[in-house]
Amino acid sequence: MIMQKKMIANHFERLSNTDKTGEKAVYTFVPGNLNELIWSFDLLPVHPEINALQSAMRKQSGDYVLEAEKIGHSEDVCTYVKSDIGMMRKGNIGPTGQRLPEPSLLLLSYTGCFTFMKWFELLKQEYKCPVVMLHVPYQADGRITPEMRFYVTKQLKDVVIPKLEEISGKKFDLDRLRTMLASSARSEDDLVHVWNAAKNKPSPIDAYFGGVYYIGPIFTAFRGKPECEEYYKTLRAEVDQRVKDGLGPITPDGKMHKEKYRLVVEGPPNWTSFREFWEMFYAEGAVCVSSTYTRVGGLYEQGFRHDPDHPLESLADYCLGCYTNRNLPSRVDIIAKDIIDFQADGFVVNSIKSCNSFSAGQLLMMKEIEKKTGRSGGFIESDLVDPRYFSAANIKNRLESYFQMLEAKS
Amino acid sequence: MDAYVGIDLGSTTTKAVFLDEHDRLMGFGITNSRSDYDVACQIAREEAEINSRFSILRRELKTHIPGEGHDLAVAWLYQKYRLAQHTRQLTALAATCRKAVDLLPVAEHRAPTHLLLEQILSEMEVEAVGLFKPGADARSDFFRDIAASTFLHLSEKKAGDDSKMLDRLIGTFDKSILQVESKSYANAFGEYIQFAADAVQRMPEFQVHQAAIQTAVKNTVAVVFKIINTIGTGYGRQRLPFPKEQIRSEILCHGLGAHFMFPNTRTVLDIGGQDTKAIQIDATGIVTNFQMNDRCAAGCGRYLGYIADEMNIGLHELGPLAMKSKKQVKINSTCTVFAGAELRERLALGEAREDMLAGLHRAIILRAMSLLARSGGVVSEFTFTGGVAKNQAATDALRKLIEENYGEMKINISPDSIFTGAIGAALFAKRDRKGDLIGVDLKALQKPVPSKVEGPVAKVQERA
Repeated sequence: MIMQKKMIANHFERLSNTDKTGEKAVYTFVPGNLNELIWSFDLLPVHPEINALQSAMRKQSGDYVLEAEKIGHSEDVCTYVKSDIGMMRKGNIGPTGQRLPEPSLLLLSYTGCFTFMKWFELLKQEYKCPVVMLHVPYQADGRITPEMRFYVTKQLKDVVIPKLEEISGKKFDLDRLRTMLASSARSEDDLVHVWNAAKNKPSPIDAYFGGVYYIGPIFTAFRGKPECEEYYKTLRAEVDQRVKDGLGPITPDGKMHKEKYRLVVEGPPNWTSFREFWEMFYAEGAVCVSSTYTRVGGLYEQGFRHDPDHPLESLADYCLGCYTNRNLPSRVDIIAKDIIDFQADGFVVNSIKSCNSFSAGQLLMMKEIEKKTGRSGGFIESDLVDPRYFSAANIKNRLESYFQMLEAKS
Repeated sequence: MDAYVGIDLGSTTTKAVFLDEHDRLMGFGITNSRSDYDVACQIAREEAEINSRFSILRRELKTHIPGEGHDLAVAWLYQKYRLAQHTRQLTALAATCRKAVDLLPVAEHRAPTHLLLEQILSEMEVEAVGLFKPGADARSDFFRDIAASTFLHLSEKKAGDDSKMLDRLIGTFDKSILQVESKSYANAFGEYIQFAADAVQRMPEFQVHQAAIQTAVKNTVAVVFKIINTIGTGYGRQRLPFPKEQIRSEILCHGLGAHFMFPNTRTVLDIGGQDTKAIQIDATGIVTNFQMNDRCAAGCGRYLGYIADEMNIGLHELGPLAMKSKKQVKINSTCTVFAGAELRERLALGEAREDMLAGLHRAIILRAMSLLARSGGVVSEFTFTGGVAKNQAATDALRKLIEENYGEMKINISPDSIFTGAIGAALFAKRDRKGDLIGVDLKALQKPVPSKVEGPVAKVQERA
């Protein structure tokens, strides 16, 4: 945690000094991000949705959302977008209290979320900066075809890389990219090891609430960098030690008492009441042994690794392979497999009001997963960063009912 | 006698149920939830205990009085008991109102208000006697409702055109009723039932059964309930004075309660004051899936309450009025606020009230249908519970929509459906009895709240 905090602080410090250092920022999104490629041009990545969720955890997003609604964004618009726009309108002060630089480029590397496209359309108007778009085809048949890979790789070569060269004023350095991708793969190995540790009983980690901290470095600005590799090596060792000691996960209230229910969770968490939400689980002895949200930045446990020998192809596969680019049957298979592999008692769907990428089809998925695994699903509703959509009593009621149902069935 | 207690603390009413060792329901209690959940919970429990004693009394009398006679005797005993209880509460109300008038800020208002207050109170006492007899039209079981309606009516009559006086009288009542209804008056079963027995024995048709009544009453009073375990549920369950282990989600309780009432139930729909639950259960009454409304309570019981206010009619009049509809108007909104606006708009356009109400009931049920579909559909037998299940317009709309969407189906609606959650809780209380809950301190529940109001039953007897 300390290591991660330091990494984030350094990065935001660097971002706040761009007017002195002359460094340039590239705004991009977490799913299908081209982090290594951006760094290979010495450009600084900024992730607006991470800023939004960080603002929510610091209780600032409510005001930002209202600010965006004031200028005409509807109540139904994705609240990540509104938080970002509101933050920008209020001086673009990032979650660490430092000013964020304006983007020199908006790099849209995943189009599976239509909102991302609209989001950058809005930012383009605000910042009057160029946008480069990588069109990523949807995995409608549940697989990546050679044509899809070729199509994305070609765009990388013909559109994205030339644009990054133009913005940075630097020539594309393939060897530098390869070195970073090799480093990414090592971090990815360690992360998969950490996820798999949750197969132990008790699970040493909470793969959802704790998991969002574990994905911090690899999903954001650090994948491919030495400090990221160092972080995952340390995390892996810590988790291994917890397994050896037979320890359960750490919660905000300290050690978890007893692992009563093992769950797989589908959908992002609520960020505005993150701790309260987490407590509703750990207070009842519920541990999340796997979650789909912690895969939005890569489904590494299925074998994907960034590959220095096939650099652009692996970047293409990464963009094509992100969780929300999978069709519903694939998502059902992923969750059903996890329920079996991680010996989960059931699964919970947190349906996010303003995120269609995740929420569309979740009820159908639930039924399928129940059929496949024979385990019951619980269904709750909240939102990403709009505090008005978190109804604590209602969510607690549903979760408690769900846990009691699992208990009664066992 | 061993008893297992289930308490369902709902947003509108609090219900309690006593269950015996052989899974037989002994008694039900219900009270309005008011702002004090602890008191609501205690009063409901006490009401259930009284009701259980009446079950015992009925059994006792049945052995002594042949034919239908015992039923009538119990009915009279019950009504006289209620009269004693009501009179005790009236006495308390009178004392509290007098104190409130003494504290009126303007000194010269006090004497004239006292004068009218005494006239009102005295007429209320007289009216009360007529309210409690078998077959009387019970406007409500709750003292608050009965007293409020009489007080308001008498105040209007006495104050005439003096609207300021009317305000003072109503203000006095509002302040006082809160204190009175928050006190327990139910821990004097022996005293009230003796009053009732004395009154009933004097009635010509029961004079021959004098000895039987006395014996039955004596035996009933002697019963000591030993509460083995209590489980709480409902919207306000976190506020129940129980340890966490004695609290169950109302979804589980409704499932088990519906299974108890109709063992072949597989799908349960509960529409309560502020939530709607669609529940699937297995052959043993255990929940296998459920869906409920999110934080918006649109389309729940409160929605009907709001509409009733909007139309300036009583909640219980909504259903019967909707049943008179000849043409159904489509109401688009189940959002309480929007529906109110839509209602006013359509009234302005000349639509009939009954037609709009029929549309509103259908709108509520459509919303419930969506939750049912999400929970896994409707599987026979289907049981409808909750306060809204008492509304015939709602049940008719439901039957129609269920048939349209799922075909013919056995639909169960019990007149006691409001107690479904409490029954489920009592059954859980019994199931858990062998767990580690025995010995848990239940004193918080069992300790009666001392009544500070003096109100000798002797006075009631004289008047009766």
